[in-house]
Amino acid sequence: MTLAAIQNDFRLWLSKADDAAAARIGDGPGLAVYQNNYRVQLMDCLESAYPQSLAWLGDAAFRAVAAHHVDRFAPDSWTIDDYPADFATTLATFYPDDPEVGELAILELALANAFVALDSPVLTTSDLPATDWDRASLRLAPSAKLLTMTTNAAAIWSALAQDEEPPAAALLHAPVTLMTWRHDHISCYRTLDGDEAAIFRSLGDGLGFADICAALADRAGDDAPGGRAGLLLARWATEQCLAFA
Amino acid sequence: MTASSSLFGLGMRTPHYAHFLDEDVPVDFVEVISENFMVAGGKLRDILRRVRERLPVALHGVSMSVGSATGLDPSYLDRLRALVDEVDPLFVSDHLCWTRVAGFSSHDLLPIPYTAEALDIVSAHVRQAQDALGRAMLIENPSSYVGFAQSEMSEWEFLAALVERTGCGLLLDVNNIYVSAHNHGFDPLAYVAGLPIEHVRQIHLAGHSQGEHLLIDTHDQPVPDPVWALYRHVMRRVGRVAVMIERDDNIPPLPDLLAELDVARALAGERLAA
Repeated sequence: MTLAAIQNDFRLWLSKADDAAAARIGDGPGLAVYQNNYRVQLMDCLESAYPQSLAWLGDAAFRAVAAHHVDRFAPDSWTIDDYPADFATTLATFYPDDPEVGELAILELALANAFVALDSPVLTTSDLPATDWDRASLRLAPSAKLLTMTTNAAAIWSALAQDEEPPAAALLHAPVTLMTWRHDHISCYRTLDGDEAAIFRSLGDGLGFADICAALADRAGDDAPGGRAGLLLARWATEQCLAFA
Repeated sequence: MTASSSLFGLGMRTPHYAHFLDEDVPVDFVEVISENFMVAGGKLRDILRRVRERLPVALHGVSMSVGSATGLDPSYLDRLRALVDEVDPLFVSDHLCWTRVAGFSSHDLLPIPYTAEALDIVSAHVRQAQDALGRAMLIENPSSYVGFAQSEMSEWEFLAALVERTGCGLLLDVNNIYVSAHNHGFDPLAYVAGLPIEHVRQIHLAGHSQGEHLLIDTHDQPVPDPVWALYRHVMRRVGRVAVMIERDDNIPPLPDLLAELDVARALAGERLAA
């Protein structure tokens, strides 16, 4: 029996509990130890990646979905930190009539990704006076991500994260754009104003400050959008959510 | 070579980060799990940089999978090389095991049969990794719960051949020897006697749990007396090594681990008097 054949049988035993594969590997109680380690580690990984989803759904409901996910999806990345990425979709699929479940999970995933995103210079308040704004171009910081929310999942997350009683799930009057990013090593989120959301979605690889002012004028019908642009620029620099393109 | 020239350290785990950042913890080095810091950026990388300014750091991996029949993951090696370049570690180590094959990662340290075929594969992978990292690696003896009828040599004979073929060093986990000796019925002293002991560069000390049929390498308990006894036996034979307490779960307060490390120092010191 070659090494490849043994490892294929191990894979079948761990991920599918294939008894025939186990028999080919050999007898003894040790194989059960490995299978238990495999499943417990993946379940623990999902629980630690989605603590507020776990709190929202309750242990039994969350673990039922997690067990289904572990049965269906074997990890393939070198890092177990990648395994939880698809679980938000599994949660949303299990709760199609409760859209806050999927959105809460997506928010948790985005916050976790922001925590380990690439280190990169960001726009700060000290950059504001020294920058040639006729030439400067801005883009989202590497840690920043935009999410569309149709429910109050963010309010639920916030309450749960502070050990407070969460609000009842509710649909928003209209979808909003949420930004997640990292500031001073801490993952953050906030709801964007409508004009901010439109600008951030158009930043792409870089947008000049004059273009940002023009976009604000287009949206507001404002002949003098510079004031609003200045306020937003100061806010973005304070939050450190943008970078120079 | 004297025992006093050995180094004594701890595995640095999350509950103790603040101690290592803000205090003069009495250790010669720390070891971290490489994969925990092979992220693009953020707080963890910052912590590692700041700790490295204070102490030597050993990088200990769990996902290289040198025993994989389908090859090493080049992206893994690239990320590890980037971390090595940033940290300039005391050692880079991983386990004699497999964790993944193409399309599947177990995230567990799975055993390999000790065959000529496996020796060829593992040797090629260790050489590939050492080339990619630009330095010699340390390979750690695993604990295991399954043996293979196909095995053609003992684990210590396999490790000795691996060292000879690749020039790698050894990270000797004394608890793993004890656990595997119990589970597979071999003599731990014969294991130590069969190793190329002069190539041991680092030693792990840990605890285990009693399962229904087997000892389980949980690394969540204090170092037990039989492991201390085996450690004392090993320390009479090795040269200058880096010794550390490796606690992975049920993490106690830092002073508890430092007290265990003092025991390790004292037992190493006995070698001088012997």
